Amino acid sequence: MSKILVVDDSNSIRDMVSFTLKSAGYDTIEARDGQQGLSKAKSNSFDLVISDVNMPIMDGITLCSELRKLPSFKFTPVLMLTTESSVDMKMRGKAAGATGWLVKPFNPEKLLATIKRVIR
Amino acid sequence: MDIQALAAEIPMEGEYNLEGIDFISSGKQFLAFILAQEQYAVDILCVEEIRSWENPTKIPNAPNYVKGVINMRGIIVPIIDLRLKFGIGDANYSETTVVIVLKVESEDKFRTIGFVVDAVSDVLNSEDDEVKNAPDFGGCVPQNYIDGLINVGDNVVTLLNVQALQAIEAH
Amino acid sequence: MSIDLSQFIPSFLEESLEGLELMETSLLNLQQGDDDSINAIFRAAHSIKGGAGTFGFNEVTEFTHLVETLLDEMRDGRREVAQPDIELLLVSVDCLRMLIEAIRDEETCNNSNILATAKRLELALDHSNSESKCKLSNETSDQQNNTNATWLITFVPEPHLVQTGNDPLLLFNALSELGEVSLEAHSKDIPSLLELDAEALYLSWSLAIKTSANEDDIKEVFEWVEDECQLTITKKPIDNQDEKALVTPLHDEMVELPLAKQNPSTAVSITQEKKSQKAKNDSGSIRVGVDKVDSLINLVGELVITQSMLSELGNDFEMSKLARLTTGLEQLLQNTKELQESVMRIRMLPISFVFNRFPRLVHDLSKKTGKEITLVIDGEQTELDKTVMEQIGDPLVHLVRNAVDHGIESKAVRLANGKAEKGTITLAAYHQGGNIVIEINDDGGGINRQAVFEKALEKGIVDANTTLSESQVFDLIFEPGFSTAKELSDISGRGVGMDVVKKNIQSLGGRIQIESEPGKGSQFKVYLPLTLAILDGQLVKVGSEVYIIPLVTIVESLQVKEQLVNRVSGDMVLYRLREDNVPIIPIYNLFNIPAENKEISNALLVVVEADGQKVGLMVDDLLAQQQVVVKSLNENYQQVDGISGATILGDGSVAMILDIPGMIQMALKKSQRAQQVKLAKKPQLEGVSS
Repeated sequence: MSKILVVDDSNSIRDMVSFTLKSAGYDTIEARDGQQGLSKAKSNSFDLVISDVNMPIMDGITLCSELRKLPSFKFTPVLMLTTESSVDMKMRGKAAGATGWLVKPFNPEKLLATIKRVIR
Repeated sequence: MDIQALAAEIPMEGEYNLEGIDFISSGKQFLAFILAQEQYAVDILCVEEIRSWENPTKIPNAPNYVKGVINMRGIIVPIIDLRLKFGIGDANYSETTVVIVLKVESEDKFRTIGFVVDAVSDVLNSEDDEVKNAPDFGGCVPQNYIDGLINVGDNVVTLLNVQALQAIEAH
Repeated sequence: MSIDLSQFIPSFLEESLEGLELMETSLLNLQQGDDDSINAIFRAAHSIKGGAGTFGFNEVTEFTHLVETLLDEMRDGRREVAQPDIELLLVSVDCLRMLIEAIRDEETCNNSNILATAKRLELALDHSNSESKCKLSNETSDQQNNTNATWLITFVPEPHLVQTGNDPLLLFNALSELGEVSLEAHSKDIPSLLELDAEALYLSWSLAIKTSANEDDIKEVFEWVEDECQLTITKKPIDNQDEKALVTPLHDEMVELPLAKQNPSTAVSITQEKKSQKAKNDSGSIRVGVDKVDSLINLVGELVITQSMLSELGNDFEMSKLARLTTGLEQLLQNTKELQESVMRIRMLPISFVFNRFPRLVHDLSKKTGKEITLVIDGEQTELDKTVMEQIGDPLVHLVRNAVDHGIESKAVRLANGKAEKGTITLAAYHQGGNIVIEINDDGGGINRQAVFEKALEKGIVDANTTLSESQVFDLIFEPGFSTAKELSDISGRGVGMDVVKKNIQSLGGRIQIESEPGKGSQFKVYLPLTLAILDGQLVKVGSEVYIIPLVTIVESLQVKEQLVNRVSGDMVLYRLREDNVPIIPIYNLFNIPAENKEISNALLVVVEADGQKVGLMVDDLLAQQQVVVKSLNENYQQVDGISGATILGDGSVAMILDIPGMIQMALKKSQRAQQVKLAKKPQLEGVSS
């Protein structure tokens, strides 16, 4: 059972992403900001991390670079959820070690198809 | 006394035959009761409970047939005396006086109202075609309260419209 | 398969409205350099945009995008935090609120204001809109050309590719969703063991895919790694013979992937269940803190224990167990009390839910009237019943508007009177006794008693001879049709407001009191019961009937002294209570019921007050005081004049709760009718005599 960490400060987005993933048979754990996401990461192992960029306390970019510092997360795929598709955004993500990004809004089918690039 | 007990008195199919009592077949069922020596009935599905008479709490400035309200398991239920409402018989209150509690549909909700009658009679079954129209001959019960007549043995039972029964003049 | 996300719409809408509130509060207090606030405001807009896009609420998405862009410029430092922009953003928040509420209430929102504001936002933004418009990607992977083609792909990743978390094999997996893939790996670049970096990737691949997808779709699979690899994608026309020779199979590294599944690319299916959308004034649900629920669970637990203890005692009860029974019953009383309090607390919410609309209101009103006003809010954590709160909002808004409009003077007048230029309005809430008290205070000009009295005279509400106490004069403001405003102020309305305010407050079982000092200011105090369902009552006996008088209305109870009883103009009987003349209402008369004592001279009088009017209710006996649960007569019966509800007493019998204002009205009408009858008879007598 593949385990996915879903990080987003919007309850409804988080619920939706989680619901979509669970319907496809994935296991999910949720966090509402980068900080909480990081602590969940420290006490669990994940096959994939999906995180929003704009969040309070710790944003997604910072979360990503922090995750990359953890040995167990060196190669874990981390996908950024963002409404921005600018080049600048991609650069920042890459610099932090992100695997890829998903542009909001996305439909659930797209989400499930896209994550197949990084998870079974 | 409650509906279950009453219903239990009806003999099951295949058991002995009692004169004047129909078997539970198709059609509707009615609860018959007595008002001033005459038989009346209401749709049994509206009957919630049958209680013995107890003194209700008076409602100030209410019409005379509204005797007051009682506490029925935490619900405040108004009590209407049909003998006074229709102006028939003597409205006396003895050990046999009974209150039939009906659940009546009113606009978009249900109301629970108790009606005082002299005594409860039987549970009747009837097919729809057994309910005859009541001729408008100016009886004590106004026409809008009457849904029809049922013949039971030698007697005629007046079927009352439950909806109409709950009408109370504003005061 | 299409996943139904419509179940998340209500929570998204609610979340968005909360986000808008946050934006508003932050905007009202926004200063230059307050990066945290700007970021918070940005994030709120960002979330709304994202969610709206997912659900297909395009109007909201497009509008929010404009707002977000403006905020982005502010947080980047590209734009200064200026007042005009803040005003524009505040208006934008209103527009978004309207849009979202329209979605929630299933109404169409055709407000021209929204379009106008959108235009203003576009103007305010530096660059043209088309550039910054987000590409709404309700993406559908186009199956544009349905002709199958074979594509040849060479994929040479950089060695550190896996360190981004990408896995080529999984990329190929995703690729296989588009069509049938066959591939070959090349290991020529793998260095010797000594030079090998265990975490680096030295392989490259050649792939062939047979698919009806187009080049962009194929490219998309590799979009995340395009900077970390060399990728070539070329199309080969279908030629059966060529295909087989395309890839030379190398047994070890050949991976044959299964046939691609047809991915139906449909947009999010939103089945909007009309019935599940909530109505405007949502009294259907309540958010309860988990702590309140836990407390409830504990108390119920204790209740269960008490019950089983009593049950056990009851099994073979003997008189020797009496003491334990008494203890058990006391415990039961305690449990029930605590449970009651706990349950009531569940319906209680902090008044901040109502108070939070006022900063914005005062801000807007100040602008409109040109007065500078500071709003001070105190005690916003004070809790009150949810239903009471939902209904107290409008009256409070009116009172605050009134304070701004009529209370606080213009800058010029204030300065002329040696006052600070800025006026202050204070909104305070606190618990007092069994009530919640809400104060609306202003340091304005106060209420001019003379002007009020004269206006009331003019409107025929009082006549020249009426002498009123100060508070009674102020109460005239609540008479229907009253207004001392010289111009028709569109803020407070034309005097239709205050009487409705009073009525609303009274219908909640509360009252309103005015205090004012000319030149200094005014104080409006609203008293509300903490809960509508329970009442502190005084039981009284009239004849064989037990009635309940709400304790909050009782002034005092006394034994009538005959010499203080006065009959005036025929029917009215007055009792001299210190300086007041209090009309006596014989309940038995009003309700047409028998009573023990019909003689006023040695009656028991309960003096009550409602609407500033005192009356003495004649009763036979005073019984206990207790808390009663209010039950409505409307459920199964109908409204009864003079009765506000019923309750079930300890002995199981029903008792009526008196509606004091209602009874006063009844008594008034009765005596008026009696007067009319008298007057009707008079002319005949005169006719006879003359």
